Amino acid sequence: MRPGSALADALAKRAEILRLSQAAHDAVLVPREAGGLSHGLRAALAARMARLNRCPALARHYDTLVAHAGEPTTAPLAEPDTNATDGRTAEIVRHADRLTVAPREATRAHVDALREAGVADPDIVRLAELAAFVNYQVRVIAGIALLGGMR
Amino acid sequence: MSEVVHTFTTTIPRWRPYVVPVDLATASEQQRAAMQVTPSNRGISAYVLTLAHDPESLAVRSPLFNLIMYGRDGLAASERELGAVAASVVNRCVYCAAVHGSRFNSLTKRTDVIEAVFTNGLEAILDDHLQVIFDFSARLSTTPPAVTAADAQALAGIGLDDLECLDLVLSAAIFGWANRLMHTLGEPMKA
Repeated sequence: MRPGSALADALAKRAEILRLSQAAHDAVLVPREAGGLSHGLRAALAARMARLNRCPALARHYDTLVAHAGEPTTAPLAEPDTNATDGRTAEIVRHADRLTVAPREATRAHVDALREAGVADPDIVRLAELAAFVNYQVRVIAGIALLGGMR
Repeated sequence: MSEVVHTFTTTIPRWRPYVVPVDLATASEQQRAAMQVTPSNRGISAYVLTLAHDPESLAVRSPLFNLIMYGRDGLAASERELGAVAASVVNRCVYCAAVHGSRFNSLTKRTDVIEAVFTNGLEAILDDHLQVIFDFSARLSTTPPAVTAADAQALAGIGLDDLECLDLVLSAAIFGWANRLMHTLGEPMKA
């Protein structure tokens, strides 16, 4: 982005929103209390969500978090069309995809399936927050990129 | 009889969670702190008690949401609400659409716009100015986002400056967030 441009000025006016967005990133990717969703799983799901949204720059960012976490069982999930062999993680991955691609189709039955697979209620909320944040971030990035390309 | 609301309406439903919300009586200090930053009219809502399962996110999300939707200057409040409604139609979040459609109506003192949106969804025909705002937000809300340079240019074409355009991006995007909580963690019930 060009320094001194009208868009740069607009972003400066919304600096607190950008700061809180970064804080939200940290809260869902590297929380102090990760619960039943490890940092590695979170990073891999975030990279996968970025790919499903065709946002390669963001996928690369999350790939670095995947590498940093160093979790060989969850790292491959960063690629769409993969899944885990254990039932609990597999259900989490299916729900993460749904939350990203077709949240409108989410129903109570999906939450029940997560519970049956052994996902605790706090982790169901954590998973929703993760997907919600990454999908927000994708749209902020896509929108700002378009505005930056104008005029 | 309790009944799930499946169609868009400006009558604000009651939200019923699919998971068991945090019990206020046994909430941790961190959960209490996260819930306090949320403005609420009558006590703590079932929605906030549900989100308190992840207090680190809730503590950040509430001030972020308020700054995006109610911050000073920039895009008109009603047009931020329309961005929120467009996202909520794409994601079919009946609850969010009801709350923010109602806010649009009270801010603009008209009901025809939201009526058209609730009747015809993404095919709704609106005034030129509002159509551009609605279409941009809706196209930003799909996965992957379908919005194009032409849609961004159209925002400039209706006279929005960079700050107003940025505010529209943020208000549509924050509903990509809100809808994924509200619509997937619970359901709207007839009040």
